[in-house]
Amino acid sequence: MGLFSKEGTFKVLLFGFVLGVLFWGGFNTAMEATNQESFCISCHEMEENVYQEYTETIHYSNRTGVRATCPDCHVPKEWIHKIIRKIKASNELYHKMLGTIDTPEKFDAKRLQLATNEWKRMLGTDSRECRNCHDFDSMDFDKQESRSADRHEEAIDNDWTCIQCHKGIAHNLPEGYDPADDSPGGEEESE
Amino acid sequence: MFKTIKSTSPLFIKKRVTIFLLAMAVMIFSSAAMSVQSLRGDHALDADANKVMKHKIDTVEGGIKRNFKLQPPMIPHTIDKYKITLKGNGCMKCHSEKAYKKEKAPKVGDSHYVDRDGNTLKKVSSRRYFCNQCHAPQTKDAPLVENVYEGI
Repeated sequence: MGLFSKEGTFKVLLFGFVLGVLFWGGFNTAMEATNQESFCISCHEMEENVYQEYTETIHYSNRTGVRATCPDCHVPKEWIHKIIRKIKASNELYHKMLGTIDTPEKFDAKRLQLATNEWKRMLGTDSRECRNCHDFDSMDFDKQESRSADRHEEAIDNDWTCIQCHKGIAHNLPEGYDPADDSPGGEEESE
Repeated sequence: MFKTIKSTSPLFIKKRVTIFLLAMAVMIFSSAAMSVQSLRGDHALDADANKVMKHKIDTVEGGIKRNFKLQPPMIPHTIDKYKITLKGNGCMKCHSEKAYKKEKAPKVGDSHYVDRDGNTLKKVSSRRYFCNQCHAPQTKDAPLVENVYEGI
């Protein structure tokens, strides 16, 4: 009954299969564990600054009781994009160890840079994480305020993406950033 | 002339007793009629208090008319999405000189860019920075006190 006998091959395959299931299951469980809000705010950097601001916004508490937690916006849903983001997030662990933003003052000093990173990421993916829930196709413009409806139609016509206008909706805007300078459109109208 | 009555006379004692009894009767009846009321009304201690009225912020397309000259215009929309902090003023996203045209929002008045020394600034003057000191969103509640003011 050698390793290369029929029975031996079967045993190796079965062993490999079971090991694979265990490994994959473990890996996915661990990854999902890092995809919980409770994990995000286990660091005081997140809990004291951005989380507190978020609890005052509509993505935390609203009329219908649907809540978007940290990973809903900040971690992609699709597996491959999620893995890429998770690997990139190792940089965040490095800076956690360095204590780059370990006081509110340090955090505020870095806020513009951090926010800009996230805005760039969202711009690059056509606000993919927003669009997991929000979709132009399911928007009823009649139910919106006329001004919002106008702007949304403008956005569809010009292929704008959510984050171009909707910055600072779940967290405070950084100091030194003026949304009036940045929001798209209206160039031909302004003189 | 009135007949003076000595305080020890039987007539005087009788009068005092009558007044005393009358006062007692009034006290007993009135206390039965209006018992002590606390601020939570006449609810039993273990019962829920009255529901608080909801105050839903009103959205008025096209804005709310002024009631008198130089009235700070009232805010015709919800403002809970916009924050006014030391680091930024959310209202200025739409109402600033730069943004009002493309957002189709009323522009912050020119007076708001003038500081107390009369200099015109590029940013909203710090004495006008906190918009909701003068401008307030409105609810559709009935006025608490009736009034006949008609406005302009």
